[in-house]
Amino acid sequence: MRLEIKDLRVHYGKIEAIKGISFVVNEGEIVTLIGANGAGKTTTLKTISGLRKVSSGQILFDGEDISNVPAHERVDLGISQSPEGRGIFPGMTVLENLEMGKYNRKNRKIEMNEDLEMVYGLFPRLKERAFQAGGTLSGGEQQMLAIGRSLMARPKVLLLDEPSMGLAPQMIANIFRIITQINKQGVTILLVEQNAQQALQRAHRAYILETGNVVKEAKAADLLNDPAVREAYLGTGAH
Amino acid sequence: MINLRDKGADLWEGWNRPKRITFVFALLVVISLLPFAGNFSFSSFLNTPSASYQDVLVYPIGMFILMALGLNIVVGKSGLLDLGYVAFFAIGAYTDAILTTKTHLNTWQVMPIGIALAMLSGVLLGLPTLRLRGDYLAIVTLGFGEIVRIVILNSSITGGTNGVASIPNPPSVLGQKLDLNHSVNFFWIVLVMILLVIWMIRRFTVRRPGRAWEAIRQDEDVAILMGVPILRYKIWSFSIGAAIGGAAGVIFAAKVLVIAPDMFTFNVSVLILSCVVFGGMGNIWGVVFGATMLAYVPQRIRFITNARELVFGLVLIIVMNLRPDGILPRKKREKLSARKEKSA
Ligand SMILES: Nc1ncnc2c1ncn2[C@@H]1O[C@H](COP(=O)(O)OP(=O)(O)OP(=O)(O)O)[C@@H](O)[C@H]1O
Ligand SMILES: [Mg+2]
Repeated sequence: MRLEIKDLRVHYGKIEAIKGISFVVNEGEIVTLIGANGAGKTTTLKTISGLRKVSSGQILFDGEDISNVPAHERVDLGISQSPEGRGIFPGMTVLENLEMGKYNRKNRKIEMNEDLEMVYGLFPRLKERAFQAGGTLSGGEQQMLAIGRSLMARPKVLLLDEPSMGLAPQMIANIFRIITQINKQGVTILLVEQNAQQALQRAHRAYILETGNVVKEAKAADLLNDPAVREAYLGTGAH
Repeated sequence: MINLRDKGADLWEGWNRPKRITFVFALLVVISLLPFAGNFSFSSFLNTPSASYQDVLVYPIGMFILMALGLNIVVGKSGLLDLGYVAFFAIGAYTDAILTTKTHLNTWQVMPIGIALAMLSGVLLGLPTLRLRGDYLAIVTLGFGEIVRIVILNSSITGGTNGVASIPNPPSVLGQKLDLNHSVNFFWIVLVMILLVIWMIRRFTVRRPGRAWEAIRQDEDVAILMGVPILRYKIWSFSIGAAIGGAAGVIFAAKVLVIAPDMFTFNVSVLILSCVVFGGMGNIWGVVFGATMLAYVPQRIRFITNARELVFGLVLIIVMNLRPDGILPRKKREKLSARKEKSA
């Protein structure tokens, strides 16, 4: 599995939100995409998962251009996105949400229990809340549900859009720990974050996105010590 | 405010199988005997003053229930606002009117044709428009309803403004005549159709299509991310809704014998939509109740003549303010969870 974005451009009407970016996510990596509000992080993920159309450029998945594959079929290929702002089904129970994550799997009946146990193993809280409506979960629980649900599709690559958004520090640490754990189980991860500190600690490599352009690529550990990056994305570094 | 739907569901879940079967059976008996309610003093209050009560049970009540159930799949289950639903009713009605007067086919033979044509028009309308979202879809479907009516108004085969007259009644079923003097039999036929539709919807709802519709209604983008082919399911929802509207149209034409374009105006679409919203979007029993009330009450209060629609409108406004989700809203999840946890 290798995800390669080549010279990607994406428009909202006449506005160009992504202005020709290229980057690579190799098998087994955690790659993080860091950028300020409006940099185009969500747009990039939505384009990979197919919710937005490519204006030009390519999305290569194992060497094949998938930019014309319908969004709902990209899940079958092994691309699974956990949307920004949690994006769970509020009127469905936790269990039903998780089941939806397997909607398109051919072997969903056979895999269901095993994968539910896997998700409940990562997020025991979800098991306790299995019959509660998604909309009544706390923010952190909804985030767990969104991530857990995207795992139900047995993805090869997981697209995470700001999993730490709106969470308390302790919960953030928890979520990032689990992201590493998921990665260790063999899932490649493309992680979009504003919480650069945590993301850079967890990721192998990082790209910095500014108003639709990739302005920097480096090993995550190096960026943590880069003065310019510290200035722009890590505040004073007092974290 | 108490949730009658949940109360009912609680009661139902507490019952064992024999109890449930007895209840359903008793309910069906009572409903099938409704046409005779006007004959007995204890139930004569149900009688409609200036229309034949037995006719009212078939049209508008039975027809409204059928159409509201069909529209509920589109609006209530999948969250697609369709403001031109009357078009499918009209297509069904005119298919029956034209084919039974111009060919040797009878109502029952026309029924599948009417349903198929309504479904087909649902697909044709859906393919280009279901990519649109929200308001746009509402406007396009509204336009479709009007176009169908205008085409009917202006073609010769549909009889233009005059419509089609002398539509034959359906042939007898099980030796029971279906004509002007046997409205009771019509009622039973419509009742069977309603039960079939309810059975079908319930099967869909608990299976994959139901899940897909629910996901699309709650969040279209996330549904796509789950791998739901949303366009396909929207078109299914649209065409199943259309099929039910078409079936209602066929039986309607065969009952009233004369149809004309002014029976298929935008008003009907709005009224059916009101049935769905008033009763409780997404919940079959709410929709049935809403359609019954909205069809029956105006007939029952006919004696106050001119002020009738005003009174009716006011009641609607007051009720919707008190119960914005309708009389019997879709199930409330929190309570559901409480119940399941108890039994788990
Ligand atoms: N639906 C839309 N219509 C028009 N413009 C949009 C739309 N969605 C995003 N944009 C614009 O595209 C640009 C990139 O937005 P995007 O959501 O990808 O940013 P982001 O990096 O995810 O920001 P954030 O950190 O705030 O989530 C922004 O300028 C935004 O205003
Ligand atoms: Mg974003």
